[in-house]
Amino acid sequence: MSDFAIGKESTEFKKGLQAGISIGIGYFPIALTFGLLAKTSGLSIYESVLMSMIVFAGASQYISLSLLAYGTGIVEIVLTTFIVNIRHFLMSTSLNEKCEDDHLGNKMLYSFGITDETFSVVATREGTATTGFMFGVNLLAYSSWVIFTGIGHLIGASLPQTLQESMGVALYAMFIGLLVPSLKKSVKVLFLASLAAIFNTIFTIGGIMAQGWAIVTSTILSAVMIELIEVIKARHWGVKHEK
Amino acid sequence: MGLVTYIPRMLPFVLFKGLELPPFIQGVLKNVPYATLGALIFPAIIFLQKDDIWYGIAGAAAAFGAAFLGANVIVVVLGSITVLALYSYFL
Repeated sequence: MSDFAIGKESTEFKKGLQAGISIGIGYFPIALTFGLLAKTSGLSIYESVLMSMIVFAGASQYISLSLLAYGTGIVEIVLTTFIVNIRHFLMSTSLNEKCEDDHLGNKMLYSFGITDETFSVVATREGTATTGFMFGVNLLAYSSWVIFTGIGHLIGASLPQTLQESMGVALYAMFIGLLVPSLKKSVKVLFLASLAAIFNTIFTIGGIMAQGWAIVTSTILSAVMIELIEVIKARHWGVKHEK
Repeated sequence: MGLVTYIPRMLPFVLFKGLELPPFIQGVLKNVPYATLGALIFPAIIFLQKDDIWYGIAGAAAAFGAAFLGANVIVVVLGSITVLALYSYFL
């Protein structure tokens, strides 16, 4: 019986690794460039790889390089990093509802690997997310990020410009590839995504708030507004649309 | 830096462990993934290249097209990379 349980867990882990492949592809050009920029900013290969291993957050690492170059103090770098990553609090709260019940230790371990990309892959998957699946997705994403940071620093050159630019679409294409199947099935998903997209576009282009806050605010506004509409509709018509 | 990226990721799992949230909050949390995806895609994808918004629009159209036809996520990713590589090569 326990053999069976272990077997199930390992196929879930493999499924996670497979689902993580598109993240691995998407991280490749970004991590490579980070390694290269870290080198030109004067960080050693150990410092660069260590930063990717410990911080594991693309945008924050790029920002910290430019802040280091400006000679910004450590407090401001840490504060900026915190603000940029505050959205992960919302993502983890949402995932906590979706992940299977398990030891807190396991959850605290795999939560380290939650990024915009791993969150999107897990959250759009049907059914409960198992611990094995979480570890699979996160491990593949993490390995790609750390290994290609090192390679970027080591070879000290980026990809040919055309390829580098076109690979920049990878993560957005992945987000679209994850969103569209649900969007085809449910009008609610279409409204949720469109409303958040419109809010975020207004906030970003209008320069109303920094990007870290813009994504969180647009997400919450859209998620709450659509849920309110559902509740009001249910009260009026006496029907509750369960997804 | 590592601590401030880890805390927002980890804290909800500890805070809300075994806690039954009100149905409305649960509903909102179920909405979060799709709203997040909308905000992660737009407007960022449009501004992939600051001086040529058609580049981003072409990439987005390729990804939407492939995904709508039911292509696997990896195919969607590789397909839009290819479309944009061709775009810069020919235009």
